[in-house]
Amino acid sequence: MAVKVISPGLSTTVQDLGRPGYYHLGIPISGGMDRFSLRAANMLVGNDEGAAVLEAVFLGPELEFTAPATVAVTGGDLPPKLNGADRQGWEAFPVKAGDRLSFGFLKSGARAYIAVSGGIDVPMTLGSRSTYTLGALGGHEGRALKAGDELPVGDGAGGKGAIPAGLRRMPASPAELRMLPGLYWHRITAESGKRFFADTWKVAPEADRIGYRFRGGTALDFVPREQPFGAGSNPSNIVDACYPYGSVQVPGGTEPIVLHRDAVSGGGYMMLGCVISADMDLIGQLQPHAPARFVEVTMDQALAARHDRQAAIQRVRDHLGR
Amino acid sequence: MSIRFTFGGDEHIFGEVSEDMSLESFFTSLSMTNAVREAGIRGVTEICPANASFQIKFDPDAIRPDDLLKELKGMEAAAAKSDAILKTRIMEIPVFYQDPWTQETLMRFRERHQDPTKTDLEYAAEVNGLGTVENFIKAHSSQPWFVSMVGFVAGLPFLYQMVERKRQLQVPKYLRPRTDTPKLTIGHGGCFSCIYSVRGAGGYQMFGITPMPIYDPNQQVSYLQDEMCLFRPGDIVKWKPIGRDQYDATIEAVEANRFEPVIRPATFSLTDFNRDMAGTNAKLMEALNGR
Repeated sequence: MAVKVISPGLSTTVQDLGRPGYYHLGIPISGGMDRFSLRAANMLVGNDEGAAVLEAVFLGPELEFTAPATVAVTGGDLPPKLNGADRQGWEAFPVKAGDRLSFGFLKSGARAYIAVSGGIDVPMTLGSRSTYTLGALGGHEGRALKAGDELPVGDGAGGKGAIPAGLRRMPASPAELRMLPGLYWHRITAESGKRFFADTWKVAPEADRIGYRFRGGTALDFVPREQPFGAGSNPSNIVDACYPYGSVQVPGGTEPIVLHRDAVSGGGYMMLGCVISADMDLIGQLQPHAPARFVEVTMDQALAARHDRQAAIQRVRDHLGR
Repeated sequence: MSIRFTFGGDEHIFGEVSEDMSLESFFTSLSMTNAVREAGIRGVTEICPANASFQIKFDPDAIRPDDLLKELKGMEAAAAKSDAILKTRIMEIPVFYQDPWTQETLMRFRERHQDPTKTDLEYAAEVNGLGTVENFIKAHSSQPWFVSMVGFVAGLPFLYQMVERKRQLQVPKYLRPRTDTPKLTIGHGGCFSCIYSVRGAGGYQMFGITPMPIYDPNQQVSYLQDEMCLFRPGDIVKWKPIGRDQYDATIEAVEANRFEPVIRPATFSLTDFNRDMAGTNAKLMEALNGR
């Protein structure tokens, strides 16, 4: 069984739940940006939740199947069509050999997850099938798909069912990204910190798997200091350090960048803290120009939110009888 | 010296050994991360040393953030006291300074540079008071450099110059980062040099290019078959200036997979280095050149 790529969409990559353990070498975790939707897609087609799927951003691919299988599309509202006829997102449907899956225009969200029963069976690289395009690593030849690619698919029993809207998890508008202040938060004034959380920001066009840039808020006011040796001369510079996933760096103090699954692992810009693990999925569903706010939380609130997200995944499992 | 600990969201603890860069801070960071690795703490998933700081990623479902913080604080005293002696490697990296590819790239991004009328090397020579590009290349390549961090992108080394602080070369980063940097560019920002392991964005000044691969995701290059990234923190590097002919010859050898990098075992003691930098570096050169 294989999936043939007729047209690739804007940037469609093979992703699973990622490649932990190599961040100290600059190789990020990668994997689906919206892991909730990735897990849900796999559950619908009867796969392990961490099986490899296709992640399509903004514009869907056109795919042809060489054998019967079960398919499901979750994530943003990118309407699936089978041989030109509408199909529902968040619902498993069967495909036959020769069937073609294409997509209408994106109605909401940013990324769709296309799961096929059996999972996309590209070779494992460093323990994962995820694509890290910047490092030309993993996935299909370390890159986004191209027309003419043929992806092997494993054997799977298939699945059925649908996930109702009430069990899905998508960002509100404006998106509320909960954030734990820390890291180099002390470098800005108290007043500047208040404004950062009060402002409504907009996703900039520079938003990809590495990071999401935000615009439209107030520039930061730094606490004056003599720059430490080796840091560089801008007040936003630090001696190059590790960057956590979800960390909010602000080069030049103007436009915050939230690092995501393909994060650069370190660098010389101060960070205000991190978007909490529970809200990383939501960032993956933001389009350029989408409004967003950063909402201050404590560690206890972050951990509670983490458990809420896990409970939301469990509700999907329960609903599908898994 | 006391480490400043701070949480990076609910999955990371970040430890800043010092705000400024020094080899002492690097060694404390390395000792801490080694201690964490050896302790085998449940729930710890990534251990990343950096120049003067480090980061531990953990699963808060397996260990409470405050409990992990307590464990790390318990290791701090031992890490600060540990002997800064490293069994490491010294390697020679050929560099074609002022090469046509970084030259072409820097011309495309002049409006993002502090001084659009100069090349990156001319600017670096001026801000370091060295007068000419030739003097700057000599200052850059005459003494070894210490790999104090690996990261940013896959396998990229940050290198710290092994000379007295007042002689260390410092150059600001570009005003706004470039969207393009040739693969294997030798860059410099703040007090750090680096080698860009992949083509992509970058904010460091560009001085030259090496023909020697340092990252190979396909693991075809002879010396990158076991590990796809060449560098580890603690490695020592000596730049070797080369011209176009030698660059082309090395590329040919790399493509035929018969290029053999010069990599030798070496021992580095921070105490000895601080006592006698010139003498320590001379010994490292002997280790490199097999004399």
